[in-house]
Amino acid sequence: MDASQEPLPPVIYTMENKPIVTCAGDQNLFTSVYPTLSQQLPREPMEWRRSYGRAPKMIHLESNFVQFKEELLPKEGNKALLTFPFLHIYWTECCVTCSNRITKWQNCVFHRDAEMDAQDSSSCGTVALCMESLSQIVCSCLCRCVVLSDPLKDSSRTQESWNAFLTKLRTLLLMSFTKNLGKFEDDMRTLREKRTEPGWSFCEYFMVQEELAFVFEMLQQFEDALVQYDELDALFSQYVVNFGAGDGANWLTFFCQPVKSWNGLILRKPIDMEKRESIQRREATLLDLRSYLFSRQCTLLLFLQRPWEVAQRALELLHNCVQELKLLEVSVPPGALDCWVFLSCLEVLQRIEGCCDRAQIDSNIAHTVGLWSYATEKLKSLGYLCGLVSEKGPNSEDLNRTVDLLAGLGAERPETANTAQSPYKKLKEALSSVEAFEKHYLDLSHATIEMYTSIGRIRSAKFVGKDLAEFYMRKKAPQKAEIYLQGALKNYLAEGWALPITHTRKQLAECQKHLGQIENYLQTSSLLASDCHLTEEERKHFCQEILDFASQPSDSPGHKIVLPMHSFAQLRDLHFDPSNAVVHVGGVLSIEITMYSQMPVPVHVEQIVVNAKEPGTYTLRQLCASVGSVWFVLPHIYPIVQYDVYSQEPQLHVEPLADSLLAGIPQKVKFTVTTGHYTIKNGDSLQLSNAEAMLFLCPVESRAVVYSNTREQSSDAALRIQSSDKVTSISLPTAPAYHVIEFELEVLSLPSAPALGGESDMLGTPEPHRKHKDKQKTGHCMVTTDHKVSIDCPWSIYSTVIALTFSVPFRTTHALLSSGTRKYVQVCVENLSELDFQLSDSYLVDTRNSTDLQLVPLNTQSQQHIHSQQSLFFVWELTWTEEPPPPLHCRFSVGFSPASEEQLSVSLKPYTYEFQVENFFTLYNVKAEISPPSGMEYCRTGSLCSLEVLITRLSDLLEVDKDEALTESDEHFSTKLMYEVVDNSSNWAVCGKSCGVISMPVAAQATHRVHMEVMPLFAGYLPLPDVKLFKYLPHHSAHSSQLDADSWIENDSLSVDKHGDEPPDSSSLKSRGSMQSVCSGEHKGLPMPRLQALPAGQVFNSSSGTQVLVIPSQDDHVLEVSVT
Amino acid sequence: MAVCVAVIAKENYPLYIRSTLTENELKFHYMVHTSLDVVDEKISAMGKALVDQRELYLGLLYPTEDYKVYGYVTNSKVKFVMVVDSSNTALRDNEIRSMFRKLHNSYTDVMCNPFYNPGDRIQSRAFDNMVTSMMIQVC
Repeated sequence: MDASQEPLPPVIYTMENKPIVTCAGDQNLFTSVYPTLSQQLPREPMEWRRSYGRAPKMIHLESNFVQFKEELLPKEGNKALLTFPFLHIYWTECCVTCSNRITKWQNCVFHRDAEMDAQDSSSCGTVALCMESLSQIVCSCLCRCVVLSDPLKDSSRTQESWNAFLTKLRTLLLMSFTKNLGKFEDDMRTLREKRTEPGWSFCEYFMVQEELAFVFEMLQQFEDALVQYDELDALFSQYVVNFGAGDGANWLTFFCQPVKSWNGLILRKPIDMEKRESIQRREATLLDLRSYLFSRQCTLLLFLQRPWEVAQRALELLHNCVQELKLLEVSVPPGALDCWVFLSCLEVLQRIEGCCDRAQIDSNIAHTVGLWSYATEKLKSLGYLCGLVSEKGPNSEDLNRTVDLLAGLGAERPETANTAQSPYKKLKEALSSVEAFEKHYLDLSHATIEMYTSIGRIRSAKFVGKDLAEFYMRKKAPQKAEIYLQGALKNYLAEGWALPITHTRKQLAECQKHLGQIENYLQTSSLLASDCHLTEEERKHFCQEILDFASQPSDSPGHKIVLPMHSFAQLRDLHFDPSNAVVHVGGVLSIEITMYSQMPVPVHVEQIVVNAKEPGTYTLRQLCASVGSVWFVLPHIYPIVQYDVYSQEPQLHVEPLADSLLAGIPQKVKFTVTTGHYTIKNGDSLQLSNAEAMLFLCPVESRAVVYSNTREQSSDAALRIQSSDKVTSISLPTAPAYHVIEFELEVLSLPSAPALGGESDMLGTPEPHRKHKDKQKTGHCMVTTDHKVSIDCPWSIYSTVIALTFSVPFRTTHALLSSGTRKYVQVCVENLSELDFQLSDSYLVDTRNSTDLQLVPLNTQSQQHIHSQQSLFFVWELTWTEEPPPPLHCRFSVGFSPASEEQLSVSLKPYTYEFQVENFFTLYNVKAEISPPSGMEYCRTGSLCSLEVLITRLSDLLEVDKDEALTESDEHFSTKLMYEVVDNSSNWAVCGKSCGVISMPVAAQATHRVHMEVMPLFAGYLPLPDVKLFKYLPHHSAHSSQLDADSWIENDSLSVDKHGDEPPDSSSLKSRGSMQSVCSGEHKGLPMPRLQALPAGQVFNSSSGTQVLVIPSQDDHVLEVSVT
Repeated sequence: MAVCVAVIAKENYPLYIRSTLTENELKFHYMVHTSLDVVDEKISAMGKALVDQRELYLGLLYPTEDYKVYGYVTNSKVKFVMVVDSSNTALRDNEIRSMFRKLHNSYTDVMCNPFYNPGDRIQSRAFDNMVTSMMIQVC
């Protein structure tokens, strides 16, 4: 080190600063050890224990060794730390006299410190370097003497002594730091505590604390250094806040000077001496102070490898400065702050870019994009301020403002003078011309948008894009603005932000208007006109825009602008008339639509018409409101609205008015002509081909009525009917298509003589002749006849066949009644219909006109009323002149007419019924008698009574007797009969055989007597049990088995004989119902005899209706008492 | 004192937004909307950590020259955004937190109203009053 001779160099605040150590004594000696010393000192770290509980740190020590001069010793009051000698060393070779010299030096060094307390003396370390031989002596008199043995030799001893020396030196240095910095900090705190006193100066304090920061920086303790600046920052901020709250400090007014320079942050030098000096001179403005402070923080943060914190702090700083200037009411020329912020943003960004590689920057866009955005924003406002964002360019006022702003920038700093893209140059260029501004602004905006987009901050990107759009609009470049506005709008719409939507839409409307996008513009206008976030005035404006356009004569007629309806009006209600929405081809379907207009002014809208042409189902899919050449279209109507259009063929219906038509009387039928698509012209008629047994009658004054499709009567006309033998022609009134013509006619079905009654069975219930078996129901089902009419209609070449079904209102049965040998014919007429009838003129005539038979009517009244569901009986006595009488073939006829109608226009044919009666001559008389047991006066319940059956033949052999059962022996004929006693009402228990076969002589008055025992089961007048008589026929064919059959009959007849002769014993009770065994064929394999019922007229039961008195038994036990 | 208070649905549409200055309403809407970028970023960046720590406060989202925008997200991803005037230096983080907590409580009350359909715009007098109190009173 040979700086000793030279004058003290000025303190340069650079990273090169090192703590000062003075050297005195033998300079040559020091020079010889200096290289080793400076090399070895920082090699090993030392632990630095800190005061105030701060964490200890490992620190590599370096020192600036300077020759001792008295001037180096700090003068009183000098708080400079950087020039403070932390350690004094006296170098000497060991000799006898060195001790004295050291003492003299010590006195010199400590003289300055005399006023300090004793402890402080240690702050000046004293090292004496001695040669070995005298080391002990020196060390004994000077406690802080270190001996370095043979320093220039290379021996282990030398090494050892070097190590010891270095350790000592480091320890002493650290001790000195701790001591001196501690004292400094204490002083500093004391000074800070005085900040409320008048005359306290922030700048002064700033310098003091910065001194500390410098030392920490010198010791590479950047964190500690940064803390000092942060404390200063916070302190200043607090003052500004307090000032804002009215608690102002005098010194702060220094910072409130009007802003005259706005050249931005300077971050390229570790220390901006210019600004520092201005602070020192207390001439710094707020921006100067803030800029300087930040530049120091930035430097330290970059040393600490925290560039992103720089970016973040920069943004805070810039915002904060703007706020503070506002708060302190510092006068700032317009745009000055914008310049300052713009320059500062770019400076910070460039500074960061200067110390990071591309990849680091790209992955930390989130930290820097704020600065980009801020710079863009500021450049934009500068552009607007200086008239650079307009079509015409800046005016003179703008230019003056620009010049003023540029003046405030001053000259470019030398550090950036050679940088092409320096913030200074950029700003200057951007403000120089409209084109340059545009270029720079677009560059910045695009960069910002791109960065926002790349990190997913889409909303921010859109927001910057909107500024850009605004810029383009100002520059009359709407085509470029549109995409940004659309992008932003889409984003706001997607997230439902009403106010931004409205605002952006308004901008877009202007853009579209400029672009001449008529359709889009009108669409946007319609949205805006219905936007409730706009003022009434604005809404009216946009509505008027639409109306103005709509009322313009179109260049190309027929060209329509189609706009969505939802913004124009809302569909509230839609309904059809008729409401079922069904209409025939060519018909009119009205639709009533209620719309809610969203427009601020009344708008005349043309009507909507729906035309139906072809049949089918139609859906109303769109609603279109037209205003001049503008169509507002609702693309989908929901829920689905449909209507049907139908086409109908003309049709003729003929149907009875009543549920069913009755034969024989005039009945009304309704003709319905549904015209469908056919129009009935004058002269059109229905041609009815007459059926044989059916007449069409036209009541007088009968009218045809024409109805519309909706059943509204439209006209009526008298019905004109012309009849000939074969054809009835009905003239139709004229009627339009899709109308209905209705009229009524009467039909009369002539009762065709029903071929009934041919078979007269003994039960007298002929099976009614029914044409429709399927309609047949048990009981009251009427016989029906169908009549078919062929009708020619004017609309068709084909005939329409109408089938009418008539029901015969009556059911007739006949019966043959006997009284002994006298015979009566009874006819029963049952009215099955719902109508009441008047019956008259009943006749029963023998159709063969047999003279042997006569029918004597026993009916008194000629006219009789027959109500619905009632029956009337007619009786004739049948007499004959010759025995046996021939079969009777007869026809019953009775006139009938509806009881309700007074007068009928036509004479009605009577109702007829034909039947025949055969074998009605009485052959047998059966008489049954029950007598009480012998000795009893009356029959009693539970006691056996005797039943005697007497069968008497009334005539000799007749033709009817000649059958298989007839046998002849000795000129005597006999026939086989079977009797059976049946008590269906269970009044009697028949004991023993209840049936038997008897051989009956065929001769008048031949009598057969059968005895049986019966037991009455109840008391009272009991009817006698029935006695039935059958003809017992041998089996048909089998002559071979005649014997067998005979033998069987023999057996049976034997029993019958027995039966007949002897009273049946109790054991024979078992054989009750043997009848069944006969029928079911107990003798399998044997030919079976057959039973044939005798015709009703041939047997007369003379005891029918007789009753026998049975008195109750006296036995109590028979009584059954049921108690519940 | 907040100048704008917004409640934003999970799907990012506003459930409630009110600002003191009606002339600046649009600006605040834009501001709150843009701040959702940072809300999304913060939620996705430290989503899991947030859930684990039950930390709903998102801190400062979006400083501007004049305003500071703070965010808060509920467990159901409903966001609260509050804009305060930058000049209002009295408002510290703790005050902002407590304002958000009050907002959250009041929002919970709104949700507890059986007549409120989740997802509808909030129209509650109680909530309004609470927001008003936040806008007037210096917390």
